[in-house]
This record gives sequence, structure tokens and C-alpha cells, in this order.
Amino acid sequence: MKLPFQSTFFMALGLLVAVLAPFGISSKFQLDVLTLIFFTAYLGQSWNILGGYAGQFSFGGVMFFGTGAYTSSILLSSFGLPPIIGIFAAIFMGALLGLVVGYLSFRSGLRGSYFALITLAFAELLRVLANSVEFTGGGVGLFLSYAPGLYNLQFTSPTGFYYFSLILLVISLAIAMWLEHSRFGAQLVAIRENEDAAEALGVDTLKCKIYAIMIMGGMGGAAGTFYAQKYLYIDPPISYSIALSVEMLLVTIVGGMGTVFGPLIGSFVLHTVNEIARHFISTPGLSLIVYGFILIVIISYLPNGLIGLFRKTQKNKEDNDA
Amino acid sequence: MMLEVKSLTKRFGGLVAVSDVDLDVAKGEIVSLIGPNGAGKTTLFASIAGFLKPDEGEVILNGTSITKLKPHKICKQGMVRTFQITQPFATLNTLENIMIGAYANTSNKPLAKSNAERVAEIVGMTSLLYQTADGLTVAARKRLELARALATDPQLLLLDEVMAGLNPTEIDEIVDVIKGIRDTGITIFLIEHVMKAVVNLSDRTYVLNDGKLIAHGTPNSIASDPAVIEAYLGHGAAKTMARG
Ligand SMILES: Nc1ncnc2c1ncn2[C@@H]1O[C@H](COP(=O)(O)OP(=O)(O)O)[C@@H](O)[C@H]1O
Ligand SMILES: [Mg+2]
Repeated sequence: MKLPFQSTFFMALGLLVAVLAPFGISSKFQLDVLTLIFFTAYLGQSWNILGGYAGQFSFGGVMFFGTGAYTSSILLSSFGLPPIIGIFAAIFMGALLGLVVGYLSFRSGLRGSYFALITLAFAELLRVLANSVEFTGGGVGLFLSYAPGLYNLQFTSPTGFYYFSLILLVISLAIAMWLEHSRFGAQLVAIRENEDAAEALGVDTLKCKIYAIMIMGGMGGAAGTFYAQKYLYIDPPISYSIALSVEMLLVTIVGGMGTVFGPLIGSFVLHTVNEIARHFISTPGLSLIVYGFILIVIISYLPNGLIGLFRKTQKNKEDNDA
Repeated sequence: MMLEVKSLTKRFGGLVAVSDVDLDVAKGEIVSLIGPNGAGKTTLFASIAGFLKPDEGEVILNGTSITKLKPHKICKQGMVRTFQITQPFATLNTLENIMIGAYANTSNKPLAKSNAERVAEIVGMTSLLYQTADGLTVAARKRLELARALATDPQLLLLDEVMAGLNPTEIDEIVDVIKGIRDTGITIFLIEHVMKAVVNLSDRTYVLNDGKLIAHGTPNSIASDPAVIEAYLGHGAAKTMARG
């Protein structure tokens, strides 16, 4: 499948706008919101690879994030290893954790809600572990010192972190596009659609699912380093927060599972709605209700996510053209 | 021998679905497996293709045992099955469905695509290439099962009732397709209820009843075998067999 000229053009344009955005946006707050949008979209994409493409829903996606955060942070605080190297260790540990969790659960044939629950259990287990051992700083958490510089992946201005998150986002989009055009991606989709048929047709379903969760794990690991270097503090509840596990699947489901741009669209819309609701509604709790209501509407009326809207109109257009 | 099955037994709890079955399929043959509903035909196929682990016995493909291999490994060794209850990749279109089969031999997308298109032509699905699988008719889904399996470039095809639910015209078409596939050198082992097709296609036929093989021979000799007629009595198929 060749990329049509039109979508290549829009992607290049989008990237250009994103690269130039800091020059046009003077508000630190807005740049921070954008950074958060990209970061969540990136995490959503990591969930999307296993959940959206391969159809294996996880409720414990945060475990890779937390493990990555601890990996580079401990390497930095205990061994002085700069995070620019530590981030690769975090990716490695995330992927390794993916291998372990994937092997244990897929090997024993766990699917559907069983798999989702086992990932949740792993994340909770790691949270308890991080709380009780010493080298993680236990319940006190880990404080990282402020020492801006590229080698520390720390920046004096929000612009630095904005570009850091943009790079992560672009990498995640590139991975998803590669899936769309590769045999591996097609095999993941085949597993999602019908695992028995995939296996019959020569797809090593166990290996493919393990690779997918390892990619997810590696991506989550890098996100952990990003977070730790941006906020300079991690503890078990932050690192293994259920809320983040939910957020990464939510942005993907809202935007559109198994699509390249679903997580980004979902992240953009959910964060924007969230900010607007918070801004205009002062009654405590009401903004959350509005947010929840919009979520329910999107999920019940758009089973393919927001991207489904766009696809439908595009399909109608093609039909009309034909 | 291309395929040898030796004393294969498969139990589900107390039920012996396949009992001590011995059979073989030689290169270039079309061999059929018939028997009343619930005889254990699908279970036997699933046990041969690695989807079920036999409780006893051995499956040998081209001289090497494949009894303990997983289905994808067996596929790579040249044997592929289709499903009686069609198992399409529902949201993918016909072409993408067939490409999954073609990817068994290449990771190159354009090559997989052209192989899939060639196979679609063989099974007569060229006009349905861009139709989503969940919108296909029963007949088309059966063809899709066949096409995907064929796209893996097998030496031996196991076809499980690819004619069930088709009308007489569609059956004639698929019989021709199967003959065409055999003529390209692919060996075929098929489960079938449509007796006309069995007689028309098969070099040899095995009859399974209650998990046990009760007869084996040319389709015509089978049709007059008393044990076979006995097995089919009450299923209303005895007459069909005799007419065969
Ligand atoms: N997964 C299973 N678990 C338990 N019993 C099964 C299972 N699959 C098939 N059976 C039983 O095994 C017998 C043979 O079934 P099957 O192989 O589907 O027969 P056929 O294909 O000849 O119609 C039937 O009695 C069926 O109910
Ligand atoms: Mg059957």
C-alpha cells in the first residue's frame, strides 16, 4: 500500500505545525498541555499496538511506564548514569517485563478479560513491590536532582519537554505506520480478528503477541524516563497508577483502536474537553460529570472511535466519486 | 506417503471422539472422509492439524512426526486446514484475508498481494477482492476459507465441508476449483457430505462412524458396503449413497 499524496501532505504539514508551534505559543501553560497531549497519545499508542492491533486488552499498561521510570531514575541516583543512556535501559527493562508478562500469560492461553486482569494484577504487584523494597526508595519515593542538560533529558523551558514529547509521539506514529504496512502488523490484526484462523495459516500467534507486548513495554519504559526527568519525583502510586493504565486505553478507544492516529485524536479531544470543562464549570465535581458524559456518548455512538466519523465521511466521498 | 495417521485416539472426557484411526494419503491423491454428523471427522482433522493434541497415536507428514507441533509449524511444513464453520478475519477484506495466508511464505507485501490476487483468481473471487469478509455470502466465505489456505502454498490441503450450505451450481463450481487445485500438484484430503461431489472427486474414501473407521475404498465400493449403509440408516443418507 502506497501512501496517497494527500495524506503524506497532511502529515508533513501537521509535523511542520507541531515543530513550529513553540514559536507561536507564548503561554507556558498551553505548551505544557500540548506536551501532555503528546505524551498521553504516545502512551495510548503503546497500548494500541497490543490492544488495538493485536486485540489483547490490558488494564495494567502502566507497569511498563513505572518500571522504566524506576530503571533510569535508580541508575541516575545510585550509579550516576545519565538518563540519555538510562532511557535505553528503561526501554530494555520495559521490553523485558513485556516478555515475562507476555510469556506467562499468553503461553497459558489467557485471553480477553483474563488477560486484562492479569496485567492489572502485575501492575499492582509491582506497585506493592516498589513500596516495600529499599532500592526504589519505598513509599518515600525517589527525588531526582534538577540539573538541566540534554544528557539528563531535563530542560529549563517547557519547550524542551515539548520537543521531547513530540519526538516520542513521532516515533510512536512511525511504529504504527510500519505496522500498517508490514507483515507483522497484518499478522497482529489477523490474531485480533480470529486467532485460530491466524494460527492455521502459519502465524506464530504466541510469538507475535509476545513481540507486541514487548514493543508496548519498551515504549512504556521510555515514557517512564520522560516523566521522571520532567517531574523529578516518582513514587509507587505515581509509577504504577491505575488511572494512567485507564487513560492510555481510554484515549485509544475514544480516538479509534487499531488506527495510526486514533490515540492522538483521542488524547487531543479528551484533554481539550477536560480543560474546557474545568475552565467553564466551577461547581466542584460537575466538570468530571460533563467529561464522563461526553465519554459515554462517544463510546456508545462511535464504536470505532472519533476517527470512525472521519472514515465514514471519507468512505461516502469515495462512493460518491465512484 | 504424504500423510500417515497411526492409531490416533482423541477423547473429550469420557467421550471417545476419534478411536484408534489409521489412515494415509498419498501425494497427488484426493482422499475423502465421510460419516454421519458427530462421527468425529472434524475432531480428526483438528487432531491431525495440531489444533487438538491426540491422546494416543501419531501423525506423520512426509516421513516426519508432526504430532506435537503447533498448527503454524504444521502449516510451514506444508499442511493446512480449513474450518467447517468459516473463520474469516471479519473486518478485513477478501484480499487482506488471503494475504494473511500468503504471508506464510513471504514478508514482502507486494509479493503477498500479487500471490493473493493470483489465488483469488483461481477460486473465482477476483470481483470480491475489496469486499469486507463479514459481508460475504456463505458460498463466498467457503471460497475464502479455501483461498486463504491455498495462499499458504501447501502440499496438502485439509478441507472441512467446503460445500455445506452451497446450492448445486455453487457445488459444481467448487468441485471444478478443487480439481484444478489437484492438477497443480496439491494433495487434497476432504471431509464432505455432498455424496455426488465425493464420488466425483475422490480417488479413495474413508468412512468414520462413532469415532471408528468402518470402511475404506473407492467411492463406488464404499456406497455398497453394508456397514456404511448401516451407519447412515436413520440419517436418510442410505438412499443417497446407493444412488451415488
Ligand atoms: N471441543 C469439544 N469438546 C467436547 N466434545 C466435543 C468437542 N468437539 C467435538 N466434540 C464431540 O465429539 C464428537 C465428534 O464431533 P465432530 O468431530 O465435530 O464430528 P463431525 O465433524 O464428524 O460431525 C461429537 O459428539 C461432538 O459433540
Ligand atoms: Mg464436522
